[in-house]
Amino acid sequence: MTTITFIHPDNRSESVEAEDGASVMLAALTHGIDGIVAECGGNAVCATCHVYVDDAWTGKLDPVSDDEDALLDGTAAERRPNSRLSCQIKVQPALAGLVVRIPDRQS
Amino acid sequence: MNPTGLSPAAGVAPVIPHLAIDPFSYEFFDDPYPAHQEMREAGPVIHLDAWNVYGVARYAEVYAVLNDPQTFCSSRGVGLSDFAKEKPWRPPSLILEADPPAHTRTRAVLSKVLSPAVMKRLRDGFMVAAEAKIDELVGRGSFDAIPDLAEAYPLSVFPDALGLKPEGREHLIPYASLVFNAFGPPNELRQQAIERSAPHQAYVTEQCQRDNLTPGGFGSCIHAFSDSGEITPAEAPLLVRSLLSAGLDTTVYGIGAAVYCLARFPDQWARLRADPSLARNAFEEAVRFESPVQTFFRTTTRDVELGGVTIPEGEKVLMFLGSANRDPRRWEQPDSYDITRKVSGHVGFGSGIHMCVGQLVARLEGEAVLTALARKVGSVTMSGEPKRRYNNTLRGLESLPVTFTPA
Repeated sequence: MTTITFIHPDNRSESVEAEDGASVMLAALTHGIDGIVAECGGNAVCATCHVYVDDAWTGKLDPVSDDEDALLDGTAAERRPNSRLSCQIKVQPALAGLVVRIPDRQS
Repeated sequence: MNPTGLSPAAGVAPVIPHLAIDPFSYEFFDDPYPAHQEMREAGPVIHLDAWNVYGVARYAEVYAVLNDPQTFCSSRGVGLSDFAKEKPWRPPSLILEADPPAHTRTRAVLSKVLSPAVMKRLRDGFMVAAEAKIDELVGRGSFDAIPDLAEAYPLSVFPDALGLKPEGREHLIPYASLVFNAFGPPNELRQQAIERSAPHQAYVTEQCQRDNLTPGGFGSCIHAFSDSGEITPAEAPLLVRSLLSAGLDTTVYGIGAAVYCLARFPDQWARLRADPSLARNAFEEAVRFESPVQTFFRTTTRDVELGGVTIPEGEKVLMFLGSANRDPRRWEQPDSYDITRKVSGHVGFGSGIHMCVGQLVARLEGEAVLTALARKVGSVTMSGEPKRRYNNTLRGLESLPVTFTPA
């Protein structure tokens, strides 16, 4: 289990214990985190599980794939340098304490 | 409680309940919900003797089957017909009726053609078309919401987005209806659909050719991927065919379902009126609640344990998506239509690697129609008896007389 913290647009934060090997998106859905919609269920086609990864963590993630890069161009909220799709971030002990911010809209 | 007071004999395998329910009968289509409940309560895996298939009707098992494509394959057909034993009625789909790794390559192409970035470009046009359609219908007041809205709106946007020429579009809905009937067993619905299929098949085969598709549309974009080598020139027309099969009738049923829900549940209509930004979720909830695509089959590639019982290799397993979407083990108050529900995870578009590749187009169309409704219509009331349309796979209406009053 690895702790992940979600910060909402109103700065409210929620921390969850996420199962290693699952995606950050699935951890959010499992714990009922508002603002992660994940319409496509993790198929990497919808871009509705968009998050901004806290700068302290961006370097620890796997690089953005070409498919994710294309999808990030279609997010509802502004794309920023630290934009990622939470379905593409795999929970692992090295990410303990990961902080992600949820954008104000997903569709 | 065990009435005999005795423990079940040790070592005896749990028995798969055999049920006489025919999920492809008119009686079932008229009211599937009591049968769904009976199947869910009978056990995690059931056997349907009417067609000699296994079935799963609870959310957990439907989800498990959808998310294990190696064990529950699609390449032997996602209808009752087993392609290992019977010749398919048409050349198999390169995406729907394919397993990894073949599926992975074609799926990637269609995902790019139907991506969020593409939806952003289509969005304004789809919204404007929806507003025009609703303006026209508010002007008429009373009309039939199935042909005049649920069919008319997708027909006004989707064939153009795909890049079809104007002639012959009347074949589109009959072709899709044929495809979805053909997933069913050899009953009257399937036989009749296939007997009448020749002109629709000829039209569709012709439209899938590169020269017949307008530049810039989905179809033309698919063919462009054969230039860069992701797919072969021979594969491109079959992938275009997938959009023609799956992209129109399903959204017709989805929009019909949403209007039917809003007409029946005035409290939810009032919520949507008060906050049109709920339109997208209201459409999604209608897809859960009515499940326009009710069923799909898979075929087992090995002996597999599921829900404590074993299904042998080479067996058809029928997944009841509509039943899973109303399983009380997964959903609170599953039989209520609630447009604010957290509806993520429903299987109305499937789940896993075969989850509907056109889902973003469907949602865009649904959102556009419901947004325009919420802004322009004061009340939606039924002005006559709805009439059901029968299909082996799809659930929806033939006719829904309604009256719109202006906002």
